[in-house]
Amino acid sequence: MELKAIFYLIPSLIMFCCGLYGFITRKNMIAMLISLELMLNAVDMNFVIFNRFLFPGQMEGMMFTLFAIAIAAAETALAIAIIINVFRWVKNIDVRELNKMKF
Amino acid sequence: MESVGSIILYVVVAAAIIIFSVLAVTTRKILRAATYLLFTLFSTAVVYFMLDYQFLGAVQIAVYAGGIVVLFVFAILLTSHPGHSSERLASSRVALGLIASLAMLAVAAYSLFTRCTLFNAAPELTPEQAVDMNKIGTAILGTGDGQYLLPFEAISVLLLACIIGGIVVARKR
Amino acid sequence: MSPIIPLLILAIPLTMFLFLGIAGCKLSHKTAGVLGTLGMGTTLVLAYLTAFTYFFDPQFINEAGERIQQVLFDQTWLHLYDNLSINLGFLIDPISAMMLVVITTISFMVHLYSLGYMHGEKGFQRYYAFLSLFSFSMLGLVVATNIFQMYIFWELVGASSYLLIGFFYTKPSAVSASKKAFIVTRFADLGFLMGILVLSYYTGTFDFIRMTSDPTWVLASTGGATFMGCSVLTWALVLIFTGGMGKSAMMPLHIWLPDAMEGPTPVSALIHAATMVVAGVFLVARMFPVYMMEEAATTIVVVIGALTAFYAAIVACTQIDIKRVLAFSTISQIAFMMVSLGVASAGGGQVEHHGLGYMASMFHLFTHAMFKALLFLGAGALIHAVHSNDYTAMGGLRKYMPITHWTFLIGCLAIAGIPPFSGFFSKDEILSACYAWSPFVGVWMTMVAALTAFYMFRLYFLVFHWEEHKCEHHTPHDAPITMSLPLIFLAAVSIVAGFIPFGHFVTWNREAYDIHLDWTIAGSSILIAVLAIAFAWKMYYRKNDLPAKFRKALPNLWDWCLHRFYWDELYIFITHKIIFGLVCRPLAWFDRHIIDGTMDAFASITNRASDAIKPLQSGQVQMYVWVYVIGTLLLGAITVICLI
Repeated sequence: MELKAIFYLIPSLIMFCCGLYGFITRKNMIAMLISLELMLNAVDMNFVIFNRFLFPGQMEGMMFTLFAIAIAAAETALAIAIIINVFRWVKNIDVRELNKMKF
Repeated sequence: MESVGSIILYVVVAAAIIIFSVLAVTTRKILRAATYLLFTLFSTAVVYFMLDYQFLGAVQIAVYAGGIVVLFVFAILLTSHPGHSSERLASSRVALGLIASLAMLAVAAYSLFTRCTLFNAAPELTPEQAVDMNKIGTAILGTGDGQYLLPFEAISVLLLACIIGGIVVARKR
Repeated sequence: MSPIIPLLILAIPLTMFLFLGIAGCKLSHKTAGVLGTLGMGTTLVLAYLTAFTYFFDPQFINEAGERIQQVLFDQTWLHLYDNLSINLGFLIDPISAMMLVVITTISFMVHLYSLGYMHGEKGFQRYYAFLSLFSFSMLGLVVATNIFQMYIFWELVGASSYLLIGFFYTKPSAVSASKKAFIVTRFADLGFLMGILVLSYYTGTFDFIRMTSDPTWVLASTGGATFMGCSVLTWALVLIFTGGMGKSAMMPLHIWLPDAMEGPTPVSALIHAATMVVAGVFLVARMFPVYMMEEAATTIVVVIGALTAFYAAIVACTQIDIKRVLAFSTISQIAFMMVSLGVASAGGGQVEHHGLGYMASMFHLFTHAMFKALLFLGAGALIHAVHSNDYTAMGGLRKYMPITHWTFLIGCLAIAGIPPFSGFFSKDEILSACYAWSPFVGVWMTMVAALTAFYMFRLYFLVFHWEEHKCEHHTPHDAPITMSLPLIFLAAVSIVAGFIPFGHFVTWNREAYDIHLDWTIAGSSILIAVLAIAFAWKMYYRKNDLPAKFRKALPNLWDWCLHRFYWDELYIFITHKIIFGLVCRPLAWFDRHIIDGTMDAFASITNRASDAIKPLQSGQVQMYVWVYVIGTLLLGAITVICLI
């Protein structure tokens, strides 16, 4: 038995779908952020898999993932800063309560 | 033909990814969700190792598992009671989430299974093709074709901006 | 003659209008009034100079003994195409010279009179500015070299008439009267404009001299074209006459003139008695040689004139408001002029009478302007004294206001046609011309003349004799000198104007012509006038119940006369019920429901659609993501299915 590309892609796809589900259903902003990280991670994984199986010897996918991890770190840091700030103002991080910005 | 060990490893890793992903989005305790995320990220790192990207796996563990999840844990501890479980979700919302994610799964899986090139095994890497630290370092700091100095610099600036932004946004007034 | 003086005649009133209109609010009442009067006085002197030069200088008479028509200047104003352009100029001929004299005289008198009459009124400077504007427009009208220039000034006099009728703009009746005058004359002017266009389309010219010097050419240029059974020339002339009907208040367009009495009384004297309302007569007189070519058109003029004359005279017999009486009297007298012009063309086969009516009409225009202005200014003095327009508030005023009494009596005698006052001569000429055209019209007009004498003396007796009206607050007294002076001057003119050998100055072919009095006609008309006056004396000299008995005996006739034969009600019915009800309302419905409805539907559909999709914009980022994902998946699914 050989490990084919599809074998790696399916878990990554499931991870992405879980992230999607979580992002839509969760009410806590941090939980939403966790779901977001899941989706991002699934995408990173896909880059690496395609790089490895279709273009061995090249590094585009890997480099992209590398930078994506850096950006994800930055993004998470900033998002958590915002969440803490929001929490400080409204003592709550439930997204359903946070629709003041709509107007 | 893969070795039995790597197949077993694969099965374990794939199962861990699926199970911990599902748990991470279904558990009602937020701190546990962060923990399951950590396990998922570790499993991903293992996948990177299995695909011969050792450096990437190391970065994944260091940045994600070591940095981001710790950040999450701190944020959670700051904003909610760790033992507190959130209230049960409304079924309509669960239905919406399920519709979206299952439709996503169906469309993506269908298109994956109709692509025959995805059913090839991973080609063996020749020594020249192996991605070692030397090559990565040259690629990141080079300006030639297939080299990434400019994105690297951009990321540096972005991170700096992000640090400043984080401080400005979160500091107490 | 140099063109400087004619230019000044037009320029001074215009300048005065602009100056008083712009700088008036900075001037005191007295300054503005004196300035306007002085400006008009200068114009008067210049106009007299021009007219006397024209009438007495032999250079204006050619070898054939005709007075020449001279264009003193003529400037192209609007170049339409090579053969047709609109000019502005100054034409002097017998009728325009006569009109210059009439207009400037009356206008100057009214300026002078208004100094007293309008004393202390709000908007005094504005009043003088408008008077100057009117004088300018009227002078421009009479000296027009072409029919289009006439039309331009025609509209200007209409506008200034509107402004002056509505001078007391806080009074609702004055506002509605000014609107009425404007709208009615506007309808008539539409006819005038169409007439001008038809005529100029065929002849290719607007020029009066070109048209009137060779009327057979005008007839030939239409090429015998007909429209609905009448020749095009008839149509054009009738349409032009419609314009004259509107301005001169001929039936059925007379309804604005009685209401126009809402304006200040001097304005009524100037505009609605002496000058503007005779513009229609002047227009027909100006086009007279062309009218002569078309018997159908002149017949219409005669018929409308005769009907109007009788109608207005009989209505005047019952009116209560003294200014209304004078207004109907004016309509009647203008109708006299119109009839006279209409009968002038044929001459009844007698060479002696050919064109007599034209001369008589112009003569009557001249004398009527004087004595009717006198009567109006007298009425103004009465109103000034008792602060009411109704004769019921007057009565027995002869003791208190001797100057007004005597001048008013002179005016009444003049209009009644008693020799030697001026009205006798001109009216007699008109009657002669009518008898020559058709005995029936002659008898008809004699009857109208009798009615004229009756209603004027009814008014005179009711105001100055009858029963003395007791005023609690004050005794009426004569007007100040600025108001009495014009009265005395105009009374003097009314006495002597009849002896002017008018035939030597104004005739249709501009040849000198001696007036003969036909003593049969003159004698009978004097007799009938004296009888009418005697009748009025019997009824109204002392307070008695004869008028009430008459009223009881003929209730219907009395009511119809009092309500002016319900013309206004007819107009209201036609406009409100028929035009508004049957035409405008469905159109308004269509506009409101179909056109607006369509637009409203677009708006409300947009509105409702946005209301319906507003909940999507919930501010919940998760819903956005959900919608986005589903959309993306749909696109992805379609792509995948299509690729297979």
